[in-house]
Amino acid sequence: MNQMTNPAYQIDDNYLDQVEKIAKQHSGRAEDLVLVLHKVQALKNYLPRTALNVVAKGLNVSESHVYGVATYYSMLSTKPRGRHIIRICESAPCHVQKARELIDAMLEHLDIEIGGTTKDGRFTVETTSCLGLCAVAPVVMIDDKVYGNLDRDTLFEVLTKYN
Amino acid sequence: MEFYRAHVLVCGGSPCVTLGCKAVREEIERLVKEKRLEREICIIETGCLGACEEGPIVVVYPDGTVYSKVNIDAAREIVNEHLVRGRPVKRLQYKGKLTSVSRTENKSKDYFQTQKRVVLENVGLINPNNIDDYILKDGYKILEETLDHLSPEEVVNTIKRSGLRGRGGAGFPTGTKLGVTARTTADQKYIVCNADEGEPGTYKDRIIMEGDPHKILEGMALCGYAVGATKGYVYIRGEYYQSIATIRTAIEQARELGLLGTNLFDSGFDFDVEIKEGAGSYVCGEETALIQSMEGKRGEATQKPPYPSTSGLWGKPTVVINVETVANIVPILKHGVDWYKSLGTPSSSGTKIFTLSGNVNNRGLIEVPMGIPLREIIYGIGGGISGGRSFKMAQIGGTAGGCLSEAQLDTPLDYENLQTVGSSLGSGAILVVDDSHCIVDVACSMLNFFAHESCGQCTPCREGTSRLLQTFRKLSEFTATKEDLDLAIKLARVMQRTSLCASGQSPIMPLEGIMQNFASEIEAHLNQECPAGVCHKSAHKTLGKEAVING
Ligand SMILES: Cc1cc2nc3c(=O)[nH]c(=O)nc-3n(C[C@H](O)[C@H](O)[C@H](O)COP(=O)(O)O)c2cc1C
Ligand code: SF4
Ligand code: FES
Repeated sequence: MNQMTNPAYQIDDNYLDQVEKIAKQHSGRAEDLVLVLHKVQALKNYLPRTALNVVAKGLNVSESHVYGVATYYSMLSTKPRGRHIIRICESAPCHVQKARELIDAMLEHLDIEIGGTTKDGRFTVETTSCLGLCAVAPVVMIDDKVYGNLDRDTLFEVLTKYN
Repeated sequence: MEFYRAHVLVCGGSPCVTLGCKAVREEIERLVKEKRLEREICIIETGCLGACEEGPIVVVYPDGTVYSKVNIDAAREIVNEHLVRGRPVKRLQYKGKLTSVSRTENKSKDYFQTQKRVVLENVGLINPNNIDDYILKDGYKILEETLDHLSPEEVVNTIKRSGLRGRGGAGFPTGTKLGVTARTTADQKYIVCNADEGEPGTYKDRIIMEGDPHKILEGMALCGYAVGATKGYVYIRGEYYQSIATIRTAIEQARELGLLGTNLFDSGFDFDVEIKEGAGSYVCGEETALIQSMEGKRGEATQKPPYPSTSGLWGKPTVVINVETVANIVPILKHGVDWYKSLGTPSSSGTKIFTLSGNVNNRGLIEVPMGIPLREIIYGIGGGISGGRSFKMAQIGGTAGGCLSEAQLDTPLDYENLQTVGSSLGSGAILVVDDSHCIVDVACSMLNFFAHESCGQCTPCREGTSRLLQTFRKLSEFTATKEDLDLAIKLARVMQRTSLCASGQSPIMPLEGIMQNFASEIEAHLNQECPAGVCHKSAHKTLGKEAVING
């Protein structure tokens, strides 16, 4: 599916109302910005520019401040992403457990690059610093679930659980 | 209280979750119910049992049998044989030395000689989601006694005399830090527990949070009392979903029983705790960046001084304390300074949690007195190098730690001794690398981390980390010259002096060790040769793409 025609990426009034409602709950509390962005992102798995503007108004901070924060943190994305986020770790402890070979195999399997989204909109692959699961490296995290001691076969099987 | 003839502990720590422990627990529960044994057998989901790599781990009490790599079939066998017929299944038993259990039986000699569980005393043995379990282990009793009998100054002095030093990386004396905040007058002070754990190879804070959350909350309340703070925050990195959930439940349960909130134990002391979630940033673990993030800003480090202890969150005096550090407070007040100092070495008291990763047989976490030689950890508890390979390098303390060679394996692990070999205790991560790996390739992975995680606000770090990565990548593709390398090391030294926070100051730490200890291997790459056979022209496919995206 083309990204532009994918309903998940379309912005309508209903969506913006939801964003406004979230922002209102934290109205005037600039310190809650990261939390608000987490909540807003949960709606569409990314943060559209228009949503950021609504958040800025709601918390009474500048749009540039909101944009700056939204682009700073790796879990937040201002670009449309797939339905599921695959987080991979390539820090040294995972690296010496052959994480790179696994990542390469997965990227090839999904036909994407790091940071990219699969054509069917199913997955976006992102890198993260250590996931704190080095004892069971190599690991991946898909949305809020973690999988460890992976090899090609077990990873590909895990991927089939998501659509 | 019900009496059960057997207790089954199923590890629910995150590493085990990745290996499917939930399905295993559900299967055991289902079978126990099916056989109508639920009044005889109690099934408890615990925090990490320590032997992560061999998970899912299941322990059956009263005999203390530890089962590893339990899948659904194995779970069935354990129920049918062990729980129903009383015959432990030998074949499925855990043979390593990492776990915290096996306390009633088969206590191996190594286990007793080396492991010493202080911070982790309850982890794996209690249900972290049930405050009663913690209370049964004398939980919150120290808080009550302290509020009754000790003055805040006495608490600060006790911590000072214990010699406790920060476990978050910098190793600053905790008592001194508490003293500074205690002495600063302000209408509001804060305790911030730093649970932003992101240092590669480190997973101790997660295990404490997910295994014994109340020890953290009680420790924070004690710190609050010591310095006069009524409000605490636990800043947990956003990716740690399970830690966030466990701490959240713990806070709710403590509030319900009046162990957090106002007028604790009728002492007039108020203390409450809230969670702040991160959103993915390694630098946010740095204390000033952490505070920026808590205020809803980009998590960029700020100039010190002022230090958070005098001017932190909202400009108020703030104690930023690591999860493991704060989990030491209750044991110190419970058992006393002399006991605490009897653990470890004169200059580094207490225990330290180390997390083993890389090419060792037993990957997992251990708690040992300070001062244990590295060799004992790798070859004793760690079970040696995996896959029949031999040792090449160990990096202690995370990516900013020094890279030690075989010749340095007898270094005792404490603050002072590690410094003499150009390393630091850091977060307690121990990464072991075997001889199938190329040092240049491993260096690229480390430098990629620094480049990826630089927050970008200061030039030496932002530009420098990318340059360093570029040079080592060239080296791995056999196109670097001796001059390139010399320049890189010089650059890393400049970065050490000019970067704002320790992230930009650190790359020299691993690089220096690598250049010294693995000089001939580096040299070989200048001559188009990779002794380990890893590097070749036009390597780094994945890393290359990534760098473009992040650059
Ligand atoms: C780049 C960087 C990342 C850090 N990450 C962490 C972290 O994840 N957790 C932590 O406790 N300390 C971290 N620190 C250290 C903190 O700045 C601070 O020293 C520590 O939280 C103080 O607590 P302690 O005295 O109990 O160790 C980091 C420091 C730097 C420079
Ligand atoms: S040294 Fe690096 S990570 Fe630290 S503040 Fe400067 S740019 Fe950011
Ligand atoms: S280094 Fe990959 S999870 Fe820790």
